Amino acid sequence: MREVYLDNAATTPLLPEVREAMIPYLGDVFGNPSSLHDWGDGSREAMETARDQVAQLIGADSDEIIFTGSGTESNNFAVKGLALAQQSKGKHVVVSAIEHFSVLHSAKTLGKWGFEVDEVPVDKYGVVDPEEVRKRLRKDTVLVSIMHANGEVGTIEPIKEIAGITSKLKVPFHTDAVATAGTIPVDVRELGVDALSLAGNQFYGPKGVGALWLRKGVRIMPLLDGGIQEGGRRAGTENVPAIVGLGKAAELAKTDMESRVKRLTPLRDRLLKELPRKVGHVVVTGHPQNRLPGHASFCVEFIEGEAMLMLLNSKGIAVSSGSACTSRALKASHVLIAMGLPHELAQGSILLTLGMDNTPEDIDYVLEMMPPIVDRLRQMSPLYAKFTKTVKGGK
Amino acid sequence: MPIYSEKVMDHFMNPRNVGEIENPDGIGEEGNPVCGDMMTFYIKVKDNRLEDVKFKTFGCGAAIAVSSMVSEMAKGKTLEEAKKITPRLVADELEGLPKNKFHCSNLGAQALNKAIDDYLKKQQKEGGK
Repeated sequence: MREVYLDNAATTPLLPEVREAMIPYLGDVFGNPSSLHDWGDGSREAMETARDQVAQLIGADSDEIIFTGSGTESNNFAVKGLALAQQSKGKHVVVSAIEHFSVLHSAKTLGKWGFEVDEVPVDKYGVVDPEEVRKRLRKDTVLVSIMHANGEVGTIEPIKEIAGITSKLKVPFHTDAVATAGTIPVDVRELGVDALSLAGNQFYGPKGVGALWLRKGVRIMPLLDGGIQEGGRRAGTENVPAIVGLGKAAELAKTDMESRVKRLTPLRDRLLKELPRKVGHVVVTGHPQNRLPGHASFCVEFIEGEAMLMLLNSKGIAVSSGSACTSRALKASHVLIAMGLPHELAQGSILLTLGMDNTPEDIDYVLEMMPPIVDRLRQMSPLYAKFTKTVKGGK
Repeated sequence: MPIYSEKVMDHFMNPRNVGEIENPDGIGEEGNPVCGDMMTFYIKVKDNRLEDVKFKTFGCGAAIAVSSMVSEMAKGKTLEEAKKITPRLVADELEGLPKNKFHCSNLGAQALNKAIDDYLKKQQKEGGK
C-alpha cells in the first residue's frame, strides 16, 4: 500500500544529514558543555556552531539565541518570563485568540498570578487586525504575543505591522514562529519583534529541542533556576545532540528554503483547489492565499474529523484534525471557533500538511481516496440525511 | 498501543446495521453535533421483539463502533432485554473504550432506549384510542 505522510505540522521527519550530524554527540563526544576539559570543549564547540546556524536562519546574533527543550518551552519562557520581568511596569498582557496552547495557557497562568489578559479576535480567515492590537494596548501593557503563522489553519499574520505599533509604544512583542521558522523566510530585524520562538521538529530537525531568540537588552525572568547555562537564562545541562541537530536543520533550511517553498506551494494549491471540488460541501479553513506553503486545511460538512482520519490511515495516509473527538480534551478547536465556524462544521476539520517527501503522485492518491471515504461517512451521518431531505423537500 | 481495541476497529471499519428503516416503529436520537457525537436509532418491533435495528451516526470512530455494537446486541432481543443494555455492557463487548470517550461517544444504549420508549409511547396512544 502507498504511504503518504501529510502531518508535517505535527512533526517533520528527521533529515538523514541531520541525523548524521547528531550521531557523534550520541557517542564519543559526550562531554558536558559546561566542563572545562577537552571533553567539555568538544560538546561546547558543537553547541556554539549550532547557535550560529540558528542565528543565521533568522537574521539574529548568536548570543541572542537561548536553546530550550521545545517550542512549547520557548513560548512558556517568553510569555511568563517577559511578563514577570516587566511586572513593576504593569500587569497587562495581550495575546490573540488563536495562539497555540503553550501561549494561551501560559497567559492563563499569568492571569492566576494577577495579570490581566486581553485576547485579540481574528477574522474568518484567522487574520489578526493590527488595529485590534493597538486598541488593546495600555500604559500598563507589558507584553504582546501574536503568532507568526497558525499551524492549524496555515494563516500568516501581519507581524511586521503589529511590531510597528508595539515598538512605538515600547511594549515587548513576542511572536511564536514555530510554524514559520525554517519553513518561510523569518528575519527578526525585519519583523521588528523582541522575542521569537522556534522548534526543531518543524523543519526536519529533532524533537525535544527549540530556541528562543531574545533581542539584546530585553529582560526576561528564567523559568528554570540552577546553573548558568544559556547565559543564566535557562539552567540545566544542554541536550547537545538535539541542539546540534537543530543547528544542522537550520543550516539546511536556510540553503534549501526557496526550493522547498517552490516544491510545496503547487502541491498545496492542488489540494486547496481540487479537494473541495472532488468531495463537495468542503470549506477551506484559513487564508486562501496568505498561508504556509505546505499547508492545506478544510472542514468537511456532515462528518467528523477523527473518523475521516482513521479511514485515511487505513489507506496509508496520515493527516490530523481539530475536531473535538480528536483532541484529548474533547473540545472543538479554539482556532476554528475563534474564526466563527459553527461547532458542527468545526467537527469536520481535517488538516493536510505537506513535506519535502511528498510528490504529485501523493496528491493524486489522496484526491482519489478522499471522496469514497467522505461518502462512506456521509451515508452513515444523520446530519447528511437531514440535509439531503431538506434539499429534496425544497425542490 | 493503538487507542482503539481490535473489536472497536472492526465495528468502525465494518459497521453493522447502518441505515434507516422506512416507517420505523420507534426512533431515538441522542447527543448533538456540538459536543461531537450524534446517533439516531430506528427500530422495527414484532411480537415484543426487536425484529430490526438500524442507525445513523455522526461522530468519531468510537461513536460509530458503539452504534454498530448496540445494534448487534439489540437485534432479536425482547424490549425488556434490550432495555437492559447499558453503556458499560457495550464498552465491555467492544473490549474497552478509551477513558475520555466513554461518556461522550458511548450514547448508543441511550439512543436505543429512546427508540424503544418512542415505540411504547405510540403503542399507549394507539391503545388509548
